[in-house]
Amino acid sequence: MSVQSALKTRRAVKIRRGLTIPILLLIIWEVSSRTGLVDPRFLPSLENVFLTAKRELIDNNLIGELSISLSRNIAGFFIGSIVGIVFATVLALSRTADALITPSFNGLKQISLLAWIPLISIWFGFGEQAKIVFVAIAAFIPVVLNTYEGMRSAPRDLIEVGHALRFTPLQRITRIFLPSALPSIATGVHLGLIYSWLATVGAEYFLAIGRGVGSLIIAGREHFDMALVMVGVFILGLVGFALNRIAGAAEAYLLRWRRVVE
Amino acid sequence: MPNQKHVHIKDVTRRFQVNGNTITALDSVSLDIAEGEFVTIVGASGCGKSTLLRLGAGLDTGHNGNIEHAGKVVKGPSLDRGIVFQEPRLFPWLTVERNVALGLQNSGFTKDEKRQLVTDQIELVGLAGFEKAYPHQLSGGMAQRAGIARGLVNRPDVLFLDEPFGALDAITKARLQGELQDIWAREQITMILVTHDVDEAVYLGDRVVVMSPRPGRIKEIVPVNLPHPRERTSNQLAHIRNHVLEVLESTTATSKARPVQAKPGPQKRRTTAAVSAVPIALNAKANRQTLYSSTEI
Repeated sequence: MSVQSALKTRRAVKIRRGLTIPILLLIIWEVSSRTGLVDPRFLPSLENVFLTAKRELIDNNLIGELSISLSRNIAGFFIGSIVGIVFATVLALSRTADALITPSFNGLKQISLLAWIPLISIWFGFGEQAKIVFVAIAAFIPVVLNTYEGMRSAPRDLIEVGHALRFTPLQRITRIFLPSALPSIATGVHLGLIYSWLATVGAEYFLAIGRGVGSLIIAGREHFDMALVMVGVFILGLVGFALNRIAGAAEAYLLRWRRVVE
Repeated sequence: MPNQKHVHIKDVTRRFQVNGNTITALDSVSLDIAEGEFVTIVGASGCGKSTLLRLGAGLDTGHNGNIEHAGKVVKGPSLDRGIVFQEPRLFPWLTVERNVALGLQNSGFTKDEKRQLVTDQIELVGLAGFEKAYPHQLSGGMAQRAGIARGLVNRPDVLFLDEPFGALDAITKARLQGELQDIWAREQITMILVTHDVDEAVYLGDRVVVMSPRPGRIKEIVPVNLPHPRERTSNQLAHIRNHVLEVLESTTATSKARPVQAKPGPQKRRTTAAVSAVPIALNAKANRQTLYSSTEI
């Protein structure tokens, strides 16, 4: 058997094993709601969930809700990541800034993200702006931590090469510090993407004015429409999964210069 | 007539503070290097040979004394002084081509000139066809070729090489030494190479500077008056190598050897003893070349 087909088989086996538990859970779910083991008002049948999904998709504007959530997520994620990378670069490369700001940042990052919500709602209201600020903070923190670490561990050997080749300060940043920190930055951005999606849902729960998948779930709970809640939860999971995969693919592409250890 | 003091090192002392102790890495070292000359520096570890090289290249400036290059005091790195390190120190995120081009980043060449120089340089070090390869795809020897190309691409006046072949296997090393010699002959660049390999030092150098450790001093400068390219197996070369080895040994010997070194008489006798192993004719030639003139500073 060729290496390629062996890898393919291994991948197929891996996927099959990974799917075992979700499928088992779905079967248990379906059986228990069909046989009346659980109250269908608390756990609706799969069929019911499927029909609700269809209704939301066709009659109501599920795609619209999703795109509102996603655009909020993406706006906050980009703002948080970009500000985070710049902020961490300044901290990592300026001794003064590091001494002045890093201790305070390390203190502030200990505060739970959710603890910011009352402050944000008072400063920014309950609207779009407040939600994006919250999402941005969620992305900002892991991006700053990882970028800072990455910049700090830029190889001294290469910094010396830059010195010998008379790099300007800007060239040092763009040619040495940023690329050598790229693996860490990618980890931070990847985490930031996941956190920002969690925060998007959190913002829609806690700053519950406006639309979005989170609001849809809140609405489902209020109308005791558990099927709708389930649809919302499924969508959140699927989007999170998709974002994770996209981030992984982008990471692999950007870091293709790294040695592949098989 | 080439400038005999192209690189002029005068009474250079370098001290380092290590855990509160002062260590003298170099103790009033003086050395003049002529334009177009190939000087190799050998010595046991701790003799300050790499420190001397870094000072000459301008990577380190914490010394006392005077270092000049082409009549100008060395105050920091310059694009006129290329440097090749022991490790290739390539940027892992750049292809070979772009790594070499880093050497031209801040030069005055136009974009087209830069492209041409990079292509030529990659060709010169025998990496044609690997322009788009990333460093992790290269063997150790190929990576070092790229490192040399980066050091040479800006056509520096002087190239400093810090044990450039130290990490390579014997065969690759021998081939790269030969190629470096060719490049030197063709490009007429002054080269200063630090090594702990005596064979390499005598094979490449017009003069071999032997240093002694603690504190770092120049023990002796051995001229190698043989035309390039050299025959590795030549008896003359072997003879000079033996002499360099002997001087080196005397630098690392324990205290009982030190008083012996102080007096020229016994030293001469010891070297003659070693020389007796090689043919008489060689012996005579070597004496003509005043190999044993003490140039200790």
